[in-house]
Amino acid sequence: MKTYVCIVCGFVYDESIGLPAEGIAAGTLWEDVPGDWSCPDCGASKADFEVVAI
Amino acid sequence: MSAAALPSEPVVIVGCGLAGWTVARELRQRDKTRSIRMVCADQGHFYSKPMLSNALAQKKEAGNLVQKTVAQQAQALGVEVLARTRVLAIDRAAHRLETATGAPVPYGKLVLAVGADPVRLPTPGLEDAHSVNDIDDYHGFRAALAAAGPQARVAIIGGGLIGSEFANDLAIAGHRVSVVDPAPWLIGSLVSQAEGEALRAALAGLGVACHLGEVALRMERTPGGAVRIELRSGAQIEADLVLSAVGLRPRTQLAQDAGLAVARGIVVDEMGRTADPDIYALGDCAAYVSAATPERDGGSPRVLPYILPIMTAGKAIAATLAGQDTPIRFGPMPVRVKTPALPLTISG
Repeated sequence: MKTYVCIVCGFVYDESIGLPAEGIAAGTLWEDVPGDWSCPDCGASKADFEVVAI
Repeated sequence: MSAAALPSEPVVIVGCGLAGWTVARELRQRDKTRSIRMVCADQGHFYSKPMLSNALAQKKEAGNLVQKTVAQQAQALGVEVLARTRVLAIDRAAHRLETATGAPVPYGKLVLAVGADPVRLPTPGLEDAHSVNDIDDYHGFRAALAAAGPQARVAIIGGGLIGSEFANDLAIAGHRVSVVDPAPWLIGSLVSQAEGEALRAALAGLGVACHLGEVALRMERTPGGAVRIELRSGAQIEADLVLSAVGLRPRTQLAQDAGLAVARGIVVDEMGRTADPDIYALGDCAAYVSAATPERDGGSPRVLPYILPIMTAGKAIAATLAGQDTPIRFGPMPVRVKTPALPLTISG
């Protein structure tokens, strides 16, 4: 499982946690997050996220 | 801290931009019952302001930029929003706001997240130019572009961060773009000469003509309805539309009229508080003591008109409002320049 960070605002998407509040179940891989999904904190697009090494 | 000690005064946030919504969201996460009211002059929808300068190429209408309508936001966060309501004055003694719609708004704690106005140079003829500082501006600019046609020539006054992003976006969308800036290279105040020149070359590949080290002296309408811009060197540019992007001026009048300290922005201490312990400020209107460094402007409070500082300040202020005093600690704040022709990151 990987973690992605919004490079606009710093919001973190963790695949193992998902985003249940937005209907994205825990364990959802980044590639399976809808393309039109946007950062819940700042509204940046999915393309504005980068993978972060842990 | 025990639940019984949680503060309960109603919080009023002025401004429904990213700064205001971030404080509302973070405060609600920490305090499920606190009364939170938001007052804003615009419609209050939640949208990504950085997208304003890269939405044209994606053919986005203003409505497509709205992530959540004001009604959705209000319901999701359990806040009351007084939209289209301009705040005229802060009555600090009475702890209430005077508004243009008449009804005063009482507050316990007040958060000023009122943003900034685009700077306009006094160039003769520039009065008709567009600025794109919010979603309504974007709507107007997009409509003007559509009316001028897909090949419309656009002159951008200002080759900084926003001017460069618009140049790239407009060029991708098919427009013929020229940029005028007195600096010797693009984004002159934030990137190195090598980076600025590389960006110019990359944009030139999209047909963008940069007039650097140049100043627009005057603009006038041609008989054909275009705008002729006369430059200091004697060169002339013709354009169908002019976009002004020469920077932001924090909105400080409300705070200044209320007797709060203003130095470029509304001065706030480490906690995000103004000189009045019941009034906070953040975002493009604020000047942070936390961000002052001796190397910059002799250590005076700094305005940080970027997204990451808004998130940092918003989270800290929300925690403090919820009863857990939390200083604003700015970490590294990289700013990404949204110029697909040559993406740059400014380390902050």
